[in-house]
Order: sequence, then structure tokens, then C-alpha cells
Amino acid sequence: MSATRYEVPGWIGTVLVPTINICLAFLVSGLIIVVIGEDPWQALDLLISGAFGSQEAVGYTLYYTTNLIFTGLAVAVAFHAGLFNIGAEGQAYIGGLGVALVCLAGDANLPTFIIIPLCMVAAALFGAAWAFLPGYLQATRGSHIVITTIMFNFIASAVMVYLLVNVLIKPGQMAPETRTFAEVAWVPFLHEVLAPVGIKLARSPLNLSLALALLCCVVVWAFVWRTRWGYAIRTVGQNETAAVYAGINPKRCIVLAMTISGGLAGLVAMNEILGVQHRLLIDFVAGYGFTGIAVALMGRNHPFGIVLAALLFGALYQGGAELAFEIPTITRDMVVVIQGLVILFCGALEFMVKPRVESMYRWAHRTGTGS
Amino acid sequence: MKKTFLVAFLSCWISSVVIAADSEPAVVYDMGGKFDKSFNEAAYMGAERFHKESGMQYRDFEPTNEAQRTQSMRRLAGRGANPIVAVGFGYAAAVEEVAKEYPDTKFAIIDMVVDLPNVQSIVFKEHEGSFLVGALAAMASKTGKVGFVGGMDIPLIRRFACGYEQGVKHINADAEIFQNMTGSTPAAWNDPGKGAELAKSQFDRGADVVYAAAGGTGIGVYQAAKDDGKLAIGVDSNQNHIHPGTMLTSMVKGVDVAVYNAFKAGAEGKWVSGVQVLGLAEDGVGWALDEHNSSLVSDDMKAKIESLREQIIAGSITVHDYMADSTCTY
Amino acid sequence: MTPSDRRVDGLRNAIDPPAVELININKRFGSVQANRNVSLSIAPATIHGIVGENGAGKSTLMSILFGFYQANSGEIRVNGKTTRIRTTEEAIRAGIGMVHQHFMLVDSFTVLENVVLGAESGRLLKESLSTARQTLDLLESKYGLEVNVDTLVGDLPVGLQQRVEILKALYREAQILILDEPTGVLTPQESEQLFNILLGLRDRGVTVILITHKLREIMAITDTVTVMRGGEVVAHRTTSQTSEPELAELMVGRKVLLRVEKGISQPGSVVLDVREVETIDQRGVKRLHNVSFNVRSGEIVGIAGVSGNGQSELLEVLAGIRTVTAGRISLNGKPLIDQFNPRDAGQVRGLGVGHVPEDRLRMGLVRSFEAMESSILGIHSDRRFNAMVFMKLDAVLENCRHKMEAFDVRPRNPHLVTVNFSGGNQQKLVLAREMDEKPGLLLVGQPTRGVDIGAIEFIHKEIVAMRDAGRAVLLVSVELEEIMSLADRILVMFDGHIVGEVTASHASEQELGLMMANAATPASAIRS
Repeated sequence: MSATRYEVPGWIGTVLVPTINICLAFLVSGLIIVVIGEDPWQALDLLISGAFGSQEAVGYTLYYTTNLIFTGLAVAVAFHAGLFNIGAEGQAYIGGLGVALVCLAGDANLPTFIIIPLCMVAAALFGAAWAFLPGYLQATRGSHIVITTIMFNFIASAVMVYLLVNVLIKPGQMAPETRTFAEVAWVPFLHEVLAPVGIKLARSPLNLSLALALLCCVVVWAFVWRTRWGYAIRTVGQNETAAVYAGINPKRCIVLAMTISGGLAGLVAMNEILGVQHRLLIDFVAGYGFTGIAVALMGRNHPFGIVLAALLFGALYQGGAELAFEIPTITRDMVVVIQGLVILFCGALEFMVKPRVESMYRWAHRTGTGS
Repeated sequence: MKKTFLVAFLSCWISSVVIAADSEPAVVYDMGGKFDKSFNEAAYMGAERFHKESGMQYRDFEPTNEAQRTQSMRRLAGRGANPIVAVGFGYAAAVEEVAKEYPDTKFAIIDMVVDLPNVQSIVFKEHEGSFLVGALAAMASKTGKVGFVGGMDIPLIRRFACGYEQGVKHINADAEIFQNMTGSTPAAWNDPGKGAELAKSQFDRGADVVYAAAGGTGIGVYQAAKDDGKLAIGVDSNQNHIHPGTMLTSMVKGVDVAVYNAFKAGAEGKWVSGVQVLGLAEDGVGWALDEHNSSLVSDDMKAKIESLREQIIAGSITVHDYMADSTCTY
Repeated sequence: MTPSDRRVDGLRNAIDPPAVELININKRFGSVQANRNVSLSIAPATIHGIVGENGAGKSTLMSILFGFYQANSGEIRVNGKTTRIRTTEEAIRAGIGMVHQHFMLVDSFTVLENVVLGAESGRLLKESLSTARQTLDLLESKYGLEVNVDTLVGDLPVGLQQRVEILKALYREAQILILDEPTGVLTPQESEQLFNILLGLRDRGVTVILITHKLREIMAITDTVTVMRGGEVVAHRTTSQTSEPELAELMVGRKVLLRVEKGISQPGSVVLDVREVETIDQRGVKRLHNVSFNVRSGEIVGIAGVSGNGQSELLEVLAGIRTVTAGRISLNGKPLIDQFNPRDAGQVRGLGVGHVPEDRLRMGLVRSFEAMESSILGIHSDRRFNAMVFMKLDAVLENCRHKMEAFDVRPRNPHLVTVNFSGGNQQKLVLAREMDEKPGLLLVGQPTRGVDIGAIEFIHKEIVAMRDAGRAVLLVSVELEEIMSLADRILVMFDGHIVGEVTASHASEQELGLMMANAATPASAIRS
């Protein structure tokens, strides 16, 4: 009996349905573009070529993807423990503080191969610490993680503005930013890395942090599905009573999952601060932490799915910017609407299409094999 | 039929691209967006004025994250846009980077100094303008208590606050000044609800004039003043028209003029690089008096402010600049 | 015209159309055919039983009749008239009432308020309450269903709560009453009272449909019976012309052993010793009072009691899940847990205690895990399954295959997600996991709850085999029959106390039932 219940193959749910959902989102976006009096095909063309049409475009897309992989993984790891970490935004922000402190203190006398790993550790540690507190409060006091992480985003923001305006600011400067770090601490751009070996790439913010992000995907996958700690975290997330029954300490798992989650979010600073901006500045996270939630949901909390979803959103960021750039009547807010529609169709309305597609598949299958 | 239409459309489109490549000016706004009813909108107004007067097209862009600042400027420079005006101090690093890559393109940056041969830096003495509206606030206040609502707590806004404070104290040394910042995220520039709340709390403490230097957040401050029958002071653009009768004045910052002048100079080949510091003397900042607030400003007040203005220009009054030493001691 | 108008009390009129007639009902959920061409006919003023294993389609069928689901095809006739039942409101309008397995009552409302809830007449609640009070008085006296209408439902014992459910249905003028597994939560005495009520209802013209898997109840009170298997009707019988073994065979499709075959126990040394144990829950309520007993190797000690009298808490205390607030527990003569030396479930398991929890999906398994993952729950940190960092998935897979083979878990697919196994196979997976560790003490809670008859037989044999291998078994079950047939010694719990102990061979259902209701101290009881 249960064998027949699962006749619909996996690719329907993981490939076909998301594709249909994205197409539907684009369809509705297209209608809106028609309403404001623009050509939807041109818009689509600009969106796609803007994201993938040139080396520079791909570079930007992958640069956004890098940020979103970090925050998507962060949200996913917490999610496996049944926790909804809304605080990746703040954790990434504080991760930037860690990087900045290491750089400000050490970029004058430390060599690259020491300072960059040191920054990495600092970014992860600072982000982890910022997630540890809500995790600890959830575990011991039952303070709801959604509420505390949201509040911690605001606290992070306030702390960072205070520090940047009063403490870390380069003296005599208008913008609340630190000084630019010495070049030893920069994560090299991809176009710079590949230039000596004869591969010439257009310049873009894409840097070696992408490799770190992909490495994190592998590590997260192995941790969640291939270690006993990942097993324990998943058990807590799926069924806390069963976890207690199995001798797993849910409190410890919650704190562990949040700490790892925050560490991953903190690594956004590697891409943004050390990779691109080379200085700590106000609000450098710019919403990647929140988009990471959508990335994790769309990616089904699996690293492979997260890479794909991050690529989709990276493309929407970059292609959307090109769209706003090329067609003045399509404002940046319109681009946000398109992103919102993708989230709506792929997330909230997923179950609108799925059952229909599945029953269509079954029908096609039956009539195909039945005759 | 359809085909000819398509061809016609495409040729139109392509031709517009061709024109676009022909050194049209461009402006890139700050994160707040071009319709923030304040700073960025002033830049937009300047660009629109140039467009209407000269008939020349221009390009603009609103970034959503830091990376897009450099990206958009580089794209514009690559397309041959000239001059390119960057609105806001956040563009400093981007202008520095892109101006080096495109030495033949002219750049202008507002609110920040970038020292490159092809960059014109336009900075304003907001403290001078704020001093004047502070003085006017002190004169208009019956309670001797006035308020200030800032956007995000950054040095620029402290410069506004510090000038304002000096102006108030100059008229009434015993005056009390309440200062509040709206928040610590960029949302602070566009949170009218919170602006209204802060203004109301200042009114509750006795303030009867409030000055908002908070971008779109100011809209809420002005509304609250109108609702409570208090006075408000606008910022950046002349905002007197928003609520005639309760808008005491506006501290006008000539961002529109700066953008207009930059576009015009570029088009007429009269571009000059270097730093332009625009204060009261240069009419870069000032206070707004028009039909919407004339009933609120008596002739005495007007005369007093004008005399203060002249004293500042003449140098007999120096308004302390917060940015000079990151403190507000005067 | 309602059936009762046409009838002389207690008489069956053969000319009357059937109260309920279902014709060729089909219902599929996705690709699962839950009901296939089900037809049945129930004469008015009779008690009709529907029996079948879990998943046989009984509940689906009754949900269709009560308007929860709509059939894909087929016809429903009520009192001879074709009736469309698309919602529960339409079912109620057609005179059908249902008493669910889990009561649909608001604990903080009075009986009266609960009865009126959703059936208020008029705009003001006060008016409907006063008319309802009169109607209820009438109903109570007519059917012998006395309940104080002003008591809060939460304060009523389970048996009376069920009565409120019945009153609710009658208040809505139900002439056809469906009861879904009504005795699951009752003591034998309460069940007896329920049956008397049902007989009374029948005699006053109400048609009763009883869904159950307990054949004894079918034999005791039904007039006719329908047996379902795999979504289809396999037989209709007149109760007086059938027998328990025949029904069991029809349900399962093969001959079934109803009694557990086991030899005399050979108790050895004391394995588990519980002394004056108490526990207090989060709300500060004491759940166990001064509980003392022991379990020896080679014996099965059964704990009988109505659900909710401390058995669950006792199991959780022994397994290290719940903390002990007084007393001490020792294992093989060594201290295991006391108030000052708590041990968590992992540590207790490490010392050789297996635990088959009462509710497998709530505690014993993780729904979304693959079978192989669920099969190492609790022993996942064991060296067999772990290298330094990574888990040895090959070993986990091999272990799961072995367990599935040994306990005949079907389908034998270690990658199938846990929740997609049937209840019986899920239970076998838990048992396999806990028994395969060869624990010195096995704690078993409700081993056959929601399990098919075929699997029950298998599970019972395995538990007896554990005993015969010289292990100590503590069995908690609300099925008195199960306790009586498996256990060597029986302890009875009431309100957190152990109120009696009897040797299984001397126990009678009557005596145990009275102890469960704390109405008698048995002559044979040895207070521990």
C-alpha cells in the first residue's frame, strides 16, 4: 500500500515544481511590467543578460550568491534544530566587527596567511557569540528564538552605529566607516587571482570567499547528515520528546545549532568586508540575512538546494539592478516586488501547484501505462 | 505589420541607446532613494530642472547595497556618462575607485571630499544654516524649549544638531534643547511613524518648535507638529509648503543647485575640479521664507535672522563645526 | 417523521427501511484506496458493530457518513432516502451523531455549555442555555444518562465525559449514533455502564454504530456486525451466529492465535528495585506516591490501570526521562537513580535498560527520519556506528537491515521514511531496536496500541521470548487482556499509587477492574 503512495518521483517536487513556481512568479511580474507600460520580454531579457550576460554580470551574481550561501546555510542549520533564526542579519553585522577589530589591530604587522585565517575565525566567533545568546536564552529560559533574534538584530545595529560613529570611525571623516584596511588583509578578487595564470576576467567583486562558501556547504552537509551531533540536532528539531528519550540534551543541541548558525552568518563579513569593501561600514549586510531565510526555505534547508536558491536570488539581485539601471520606469522597488513574487510562489504558494502537478503526473502515468 | 512595428521599436530603442552613449549626465542617489522628500529628492529636483531647461536626457540610479555604488558608477562611466554626480558621503570610496579608472570622466560628490583631479567635491556648511533656524526657533518658542529629531546618529546629523543648538543658545542662553535620533538602521531615514512619536514626546516635555534632520522621517515630525499646533522646521529642501501655518521655516541645503550646476557646467564645458564649500556666503545653505510661513515670521524676527546671517558671513560670529573636532563645544 | 415516532419501544419492524444504507462507497486518498465498493445496511434500532484492523477503512467509512470526507463515488441513504452529506452539519441535520475517540469537549466549560456549543438557538446565550437545560433534563431521564449539567467538563471522570459527548449528539436530535473506539479510555466497569446506556438507547429507537477492534465488545452488545479488511467489507454477520475466532480470522485473513502461549516463569534475582519513589510534574502535581516494587530476571511484571493513573510517569522515571523527587531506584543491586543522583535517558540505556515508549510516534521514533536513522535512536552515539567524526553509515544500514529481518518489519526498506510504515511495523522497529541491545531490563509501554492483530501476536511472542531469555520485563498496558495474558505478576495503579498486586494466574478481570477503579482491595493483594 505504501509503495503505491510514493509513485511520484522526487524530481517532480525538487525540480519541476520549483521551476513552474518561478515561471509563475515571472509571469505575474511580466503582467505588472505590462501594466506600467514596459515590454516584459525586454525586461526578462535584461534580467537574464544582466545576471549572466557578461563576465562582469556573472561575477556580481556570484558575489551576491556568496553572501546568500552563508546566510542561507546559517538559517538552515538552525532550522534543523527546529529554530527559526531571523537574526542572521545581526550576526553577520557583528561578524564584521570581529573582522574589523582583527584588521585594525593587526594589518600593519601580520602577513596575509595569518591575518586572513584570523579574520575568518573572528568573523565566525563574533557571529556565533551573537547567536549564542538567543540560543542560550531559548534553551534555558524558553525565550522564543524568533523574538530574541529579531531584537538582537536591532541591538547589533545600534551597537555598530555607536562603535562606528564614536569609536572606530576614521577621525575627521564624514562617513561612519573605519579606515581602509591594509592590502595584506584583503581576500583576493577572482580576477586578480586568475590573471597571473593567463585567465583574464572582467573585474567584479567576486572573490575567493565564494570558495569558502562552497566549502561551508560541504562541511554543513557532512555535519548535519554524517555526524552524531548533526543526528542529535535533527532529532531535537524533529521531535524533542524523542530526543530526550534518546538521551540527547535538547538544550545543548539548541545552543550548538545556534552557535554554528551564527558563525556561518558571521562569515558574510569575509565576502563583504575583506573581499569587497576593505573597511567596516554602516549596514554592510543590507538584508542578506533576511534573504537568507528565503534561500534556506527554497533550498529545502539542504546545502545543495541552498546553492541553487542563492544563485537564483543572486541573479535576481544583479539582474534586477541591471533592470532598474536600464529601464528607468522599473524602479528598485519593482525589483523587490519581483523578488517578493518569487518568494511568494516558491514558498507560501508552493502547495498551490504541487498537488496539481503530482496528480497530473499520476494521471499521465496511469493513462500511459494503463493502455 | 507586426514586424515593421518591431523594427521601428527596435530602431527607436537602439537610437536612444546611441544618444545615451553621447555623454549625457548622470546622478546616483544615496540608499534613501530619490523620492525621500528630502536630501535625495533635492538632487532629483536639480537634475529635473536641468533636464527641463536644457532638454538633455540624464541617467540616474538608486542602489540597494554597498556594492552597487561602485557598480553603478562604473557602469555609467563605461557608458560614457559625463559628468556623474554622486549624492551622499557613502559614495566616497566608490568615487575614489571609479574616478581613477576613468580619468577623463568628470565626477562630483556631495557631502564629502575626494581629492582627485577629475572630482569636484561639494560640501555644505549645514551648521551655519542650522544656526539660523535654531535662532529662529528660539525666537518663536514661547516655552524656551525646542526639539531636534535626527535620522541616524552619524557625524553629519550631529553637525546639524550642533549648529542648531548654537543658534538657539545664541538667542536664549537658558533654552532647553531635546535631541533624539530616530534609530540605528538606515530605516531611520524613512520612519515617519517614529518621527511623529519622537516629536510628540518632545512636545510633551514642553518643546514647541522642533527641527527634523531625518530625511523622510521628517514627514511624521511635521505632521505631529501640525496635529499638536506646534511648529516644525524642515530640512534640505524648502518644505514650508507641506503644512503651511505650522512650518516655521526650512533649513535649505542647496543640493538641487549643486546638482544642477554640476550638470550645467559639464554641458557647457565650464567644469572645475576641487572642493567647493557652500555656506551662507555662497547661498549653499540658508533659511526659507515664502508665502507659506510669512505669517509665522515677524519683521523683527526676519531682521534679526538676516543680521545674524550677515554676521556669520562677515565672520563676526563663528559657528562651530562638529566635524572639526568631533565635539560640540563652542 | 423520526424513526421513534413510527415505532413501539424495543420492537424491530422489518418493514421499516434501514436506518443507514451505504451503497458502493469508494474513497481514495491520493493513490490509496481507503474504501473500495463498501456496501452495508443497518436496521433501525439495532447496535451494529464494525470491526477491522487499523487501516481497514472503518474510520474513513464513518467519517464519510458523518461528513468529514466525501466519497469519490457511492450513495448514502438515511431512513431509505438518498441523502447528500457533504459537511458535518448536513450529517447532524440528517440525524447522525458521532462520539469521537478523542473527545471534542472544552474542559473549562460546564456540561451545559459544552452541549449547547455550536447548537445555540436564538441570539442570546442565556435563552438557549435555559431551554437547553430543560431539554437535557428530559434526555437524561429518558435515557438514564445522569450528569450534573453545571459541572466543569474538566472535573468529570472520563466515563462521564463520554456521556456528555453522547448527550451532545442526542441534544442535536441524533437518531443514529456513531461511536469510535469508545472503550479505549474506560475501566471495565465504565465500559459495562456504557454498554448499558447503548442498550437503553437502542431500546428507545436509536441506531448505534460501534467501531472497535475489540471482538469481546462486539460479541457482548452488537446485534449485527460488519468486518472490514484492506478497505473492503469482507463479511456481514448476525452476532449471535458468529464467534470471536471466526471474526478474528475474517479480520486478519488467516487463523489467529488469541491467547499467548507461554510457559511458567522462572524468576531469578531482583533486577529492578524501586523503593518509595515519588515524582512531581511541572505543574507541581505529585504523579507518583510512594511507589515500591521489584522486577526479577525471567519474569514479566504487568502494570494495569486506567490510562492516566501514573503508569506513564512511572515508565518515564525508570527510563531517566522524568526526574525522581523522592525515593530510590536500583538496578542489579546497584543504585541507578535517586533524587540527588539523576541520570538521563542515555545513561540509563547505557546501563542496560531498554525502553519501548508508550507512544512510538511521540517519543520512540522520528517521523521524518529514514528507518535506518530511527533504528539507532538512543544508540546513535555508540561506537559501532561512529568513527572519530563521521558516522559509519554502512554499519547503520547493516544494523537496520538486520533488525528488519529479525522482527519482520515490512517493507524491508531501510530508506523508507518512518511515518510511512504502518503502526505495527513502526512498533516492530522500536521493539527491534530496544530488544536487540539485549537489555537486562526491558520497559515496555502499550506494546500493541494501534497495532494489527497479526503483529500483536508477533510482538507478544517476542516479549515472552525476552522473559524466557532471563531478562526482566516491566509491561505497562491499558489493555487488561494483554496484561492478563502476558504478565506473570500484575500490579494495579490508581492515582499514582500501587493499589494492589496479584499473581496473574489468580487474577480475574472483575477483581482487577475493581482495583483499577480503586473500589476494592483484593483478598489476594499483597501491599508492597
